[in-house]
Amino acid sequence: MTVHEVLPIDREFTPRLALRKRLGTLFGILSALAIIIGLTTLGLLIADVVRDGWHVLSWDFLTSYPSRRPEQAGIRSALVGTFYILILVAIIAFPLGVAAAIYLEEFAPRNRLTAIIEVNISNLAAVPSIVYGLLGVGVFVRTFMLGRSLIAGALTLSLLVLPIIIIASREALRAVPPSIREAGLALGASHWQTVRHFVLPAALPGILTGTILALARAIGETAPLITIGALTYVAFTPKSLFDPFTVLPIQIFNWISRPQAAFHERAAGGIIVLLAVLLLFNGLAIFLRARLQRRIRF
Amino acid sequence: MADPIAALTNAQAARAEAATRVQAPTAAGMDVEQLSAFYGRFQALAEITLPIHPGAVTAVIGPSGCGKSTFIRCLNRLHELTPGARVTGSVRLEGVDIYQPGVDPARVRQLVGMVFQKPNPFPTLSIYDNVLAGVRLHRPRLSRAEADEIVERSLRAAALWDEVKDKLKAPGSSLSGGQQQRLCIARALAVEPLVLLMDEPTSALDPIATYRIEELIWELKQRYTIVIVTHNMQQAARIADYVAFLLAGEDRTGRLIEFDTAQRIFTNPKRKETEDYITGKIG
Ligand SMILES: Nc1ncnc2c1ncn2[C@@H]1O[C@H](COP(=O)(O)OP(=O)(O)OP(=O)(O)O)[C@@H](O)[C@H]1O
Ligand SMILES: [Mg+2]
Repeated sequence: MTVHEVLPIDREFTPRLALRKRLGTLFGILSALAIIIGLTTLGLLIADVVRDGWHVLSWDFLTSYPSRRPEQAGIRSALVGTFYILILVAIIAFPLGVAAAIYLEEFAPRNRLTAIIEVNISNLAAVPSIVYGLLGVGVFVRTFMLGRSLIAGALTLSLLVLPIIIIASREALRAVPPSIREAGLALGASHWQTVRHFVLPAALPGILTGTILALARAIGETAPLITIGALTYVAFTPKSLFDPFTVLPIQIFNWISRPQAAFHERAAGGIIVLLAVLLLFNGLAIFLRARLQRRIRF
Repeated sequence: MADPIAALTNAQAARAEAATRVQAPTAAGMDVEQLSAFYGRFQALAEITLPIHPGAVTAVIGPSGCGKSTFIRCLNRLHELTPGARVTGSVRLEGVDIYQPGVDPARVRQLVGMVFQKPNPFPTLSIYDNVLAGVRLHRPRLSRAEADEIVERSLRAAALWDEVKDKLKAPGSSLSGGQQQRLCIARALAVEPLVLLMDEPTSALDPIATYRIEELIWELKQRYTIVIVTHNMQQAARIADYVAFLLAGEDRTGRLIEFDTAQRIFTNPKRKETEDYITGKIG
């Protein structure tokens, strides 16, 4: 007795296994190619920048103010400005973003208004950054008369990253299983106590990761800051929130637009520093996620 | 308006105080009257009336989907948290209707504790802090000595102390499933509830862990009123003093078919449906 007598196998059906296997292999090769192209381009870019800018990297480069003479020009004001902007954006956008996410995820009634707000937040995350720059000029620079100050820049960038933080925080809150909320409520916790003591701590790794990535985005932004009129040549570090400032990408942009090749080398040096800062941030995000998430198993 | 739950909270305080001495006060009973529960327009339970006797174990049995979970969640006002869900009828705890206006559901849940089907310790908290989670909500300024005392007493009551006393700082989620469930029981007991609700507390556990929990329920009923949902007839026969049998009709609405002592339900049920169910003919 053969298999064909027992099982009603359709003799018309040809599995063409060989072809299917070959298709699978082909697709694997194509995918590998895609990643090779992406990585090589990135690698070449980085190699180019490092070759141009490596020799300008020095303690002096980090601690000198920009200068007319390329040999003496450094990134002190830009680095300090980036640092200040970063801290200010974190202080402004983190609490606002997390609070908005908590409201939308845990408290908002599920109605049409909430749905409209949600769609708009997703849209805001995709709005080109220059639009935030224009908003910053209109609202912070002109209406609030903050001028081209550190605080105007920080507020503008906060608006830019707010939707990203809200979305990341909501995802993190949503990932906390309902059984945790029920456990809290069943112990007699109020709605707010449940969120504050049980849900939020469980969502914190995700919220922090999202926030750090959003901040990394803010560090790299140039367009909105140029729009609000951040200076390109700043030979001092801001002493107050209302002082003018500059940041790394703007300094890089400024040097690249000079004709002298020596300034282009400085720009490459600035890019290396900026990349290092970004890498540091992404590394921190990965570290935090791995570190905190390991303890939290649902 | 006077807080209708205040008297009960005093009873709870008396229990908490008595728990540190040897003699415990008598357990509290509940009275369910004409209880109907809805999810939106769908009626999940119709006019359930039954007593929950103090200091006894009441088992709620019935086929899947008959409304056992819905019923038990009405007893601590957890049902109404589902969007669109509502309840009619009354549930009295020591004579006080927990659904009357002016009653804060959070306070009801302090008095009527709950253990869920799937163990759900708080993932961010240690074993020690898991036990104290509920207590700290109501008493934020707990002295170290008091806290230690409550943790040890609750873990002992949940028969978990010996297994975890050397690793109280370890995360609650590092325990085995059965240990996690006992941790959840300890966490519920730590707030000194008057009644303890358990929704299929052993269905996710192996036979040995199940046996330990059953043993524990046997001990706990000296001091607590327990309502337990179970799919396991042997389990109901082993631990229950009273049994409520629910069954959903054509309309999927659950009704109380029979309520009696476990003895009579399992040896001499009055209704045909009950007999069919416990002998495995339906469900
Ligand atoms: N959130 C909900 N929304 C709408 N209907 C629900 C909801 N939860 C339960 N139901 C319905 O209510 C009825 C009773 O459900 P319930 O969970 O109380 O059953 P159960 O007896 O606990 O079942 P099981 O033994 O499977 O746990 C079912 O028909 C179910 O489909
Ligand atoms: Mg159920």
